[in-house]
Amino acid sequence: MASQPLLLHGTDRGDRIYRGALTGFALALPALILVILGVLFVNAWPALKRFGPSFLVTSTWDPVAEVYGAAPMIFGTLASSFVALLIAVPLALSVAIFLTEFSPRWLRQPVAFLVELLAAIPSVVYGTWGIFVLIPFLRAHVVPPLKAVFGWTPFLQGVFYGNSLLAGGIILAIMIVPYIAAVAREVLLAVPMSQREAALAMGATRWEAVRSAVLPYGRAGLIGAIILGLGRALGETMGVTMVIGNRHDIGLSLLQPAYTMAAAIANEFSEATTAMYHSALMEVGLILFVLTVAVNAIARILIWRVARGAAVGSGAL
Amino acid sequence: MISRATRRHLASRLMTVLVVLLSFLAVLALILIFGNLLAKGASSIDWAFFTKSPVPAGQTGGGVANAIVGTAIVVGLSALIGVPIGVGAGMYLAEYGSGRFGYMVRFVADVLNGTPSIVIGIVGWIFIVKPSGHFSALAGSVALAILMIPMLARTTEEMVRLVPHSLREAALALGYPRWRTSLKIVARTALGGIVTGCLVGVARVAGETAPLLFTALGNLNFTVSVSQPMQTLSLQIYVYATGPFEEWHRLAWAAALVLMGLVLIISLIARWVTRQRYGSIR
Repeated sequence: MASQPLLLHGTDRGDRIYRGALTGFALALPALILVILGVLFVNAWPALKRFGPSFLVTSTWDPVAEVYGAAPMIFGTLASSFVALLIAVPLALSVAIFLTEFSPRWLRQPVAFLVELLAAIPSVVYGTWGIFVLIPFLRAHVVPPLKAVFGWTPFLQGVFYGNSLLAGGIILAIMIVPYIAAVAREVLLAVPMSQREAALAMGATRWEAVRSAVLPYGRAGLIGAIILGLGRALGETMGVTMVIGNRHDIGLSLLQPAYTMAAAIANEFSEATTAMYHSALMEVGLILFVLTVAVNAIARILIWRVARGAAVGSGAL
Repeated sequence: MISRATRRHLASRLMTVLVVLLSFLAVLALILIFGNLLAKGASSIDWAFFTKSPVPAGQTGGGVANAIVGTAIVVGLSALIGVPIGVGAGMYLAEYGSGRFGYMVRFVADVLNGTPSIVIGIVGWIFIVKPSGHFSALAGSVALAILMIPMLARTTEEMVRLVPHSLREAALALGYPRWRTSLKIVARTALGGIVTGCLVGVARVAGETAPLLFTALGNLNFTVSVSQPMQTLSLQIYVYATGPFEEWHRLAWAAALVLMGLVLIISLIARWVTRQRYGSIR
């Protein structure tokens, strides 16, 4: 990797043209991120100017009166992502640990392939599955026993109609498992064998070796993997939109409908009639973009510290 | 009394079982989704499903011919826009990307890879729909192309990096200029991998819905004009699955199965292309 520029730094005219052209293509990426940020900001400016910081903390979303506050969707985005992480992290880390530490060799490739396949399912297919399979299943087999035992907590108040924070969180969880698992696997693979051997030689059991020697070594990368999954969950649109209920409300109950920023844009953008309505939705988009860019940047920095430079997570399938 | 050693071994066994169970749960989710797709979608798929356009709500029958053609056009056009830029950027990263700028580009690509696709839809709307005054397939293609570029840049880079150094050195030693070495030797050798990356990118965006909602918009009629609103399979599934009619739900499952099949077929071809050259990617 380091010696390539030596070979390819050209002085020949053809070399200069070639390098210039490739640089132009490469410039497209930073240009893209700046352009996205720029146009979102410019288009969100009327809403930014009119509502100021109150946009973030007020709950009125009234296109008729032209008053917009995004607090419920910001809350819903964070809440559904949190639920998703609660479910997805144990699953994804288990997959990664299983694949790197416990699995027999012949089983590795098939299991990794199947989990990566989850990332290939289009989100609208997840949404369809959520509406017609997951929600009826939750209604019949999961919510009644949950309510019977934990019904007194604030998280399970109200009647379960189907579309809910719970359904959205579960769909999100399944969707982000392959991303977290793929990156976590790369991270664990980067842990030197000597770490495990040392722990085993000291008399640790296999699990103790994993817990005390492997996981701590890859901690930064594993946290990066989880944050990467969080980034996916925050911005995921269709799977959530189709099952979360799309209601502008802040509530702690998992059984009640909620709203996310991405869902609001998906539902309302093409129906927005006034300039201010569009602008408010653009501001929602701007918040979502800045949030996910920040989350992804943090995740990448953590992951790169462990598995340097590899495009981990983008190679599923 | 259980001895300390037994307890520790028991704990180890227990955690192993837990890890295996949870891993199985993740795989189970996949099996369930695929099983439901087949069970609920396969029975509705027949020749008419592929050859007819949708019928008005309330009537039975009709197909998704317009959506299949629409998907091909929107995705094909997005590949035309996205592939040259994405692959070019990837070649840059592999050939010249070890400096600061390369590092920054790589970082931006990774960050963009995690950007919500719905936001990219807004960008397509701002640049194409707003100035032209109407929704269009082209706007959808531009949005999908933007999604594709960072993905392709990173996979291309990875594939080109797999080319053995000795090949490059041999070409240079024979007096080949560097740009020709890069194009004729390095890129040619990595071609299988690059094509794979492109196919995976295409498969990814083919399943996208969010960036098309207010760009390509959807269209109940058959059209091939990219300046018009156009239907895609993903948009069709969204409308059918969230609609009120039983008949629509049936069609949603069938269309979902077709879309899933399409994505899988492209992905499998992608794997097959690489297998020819390198064996498995990872």
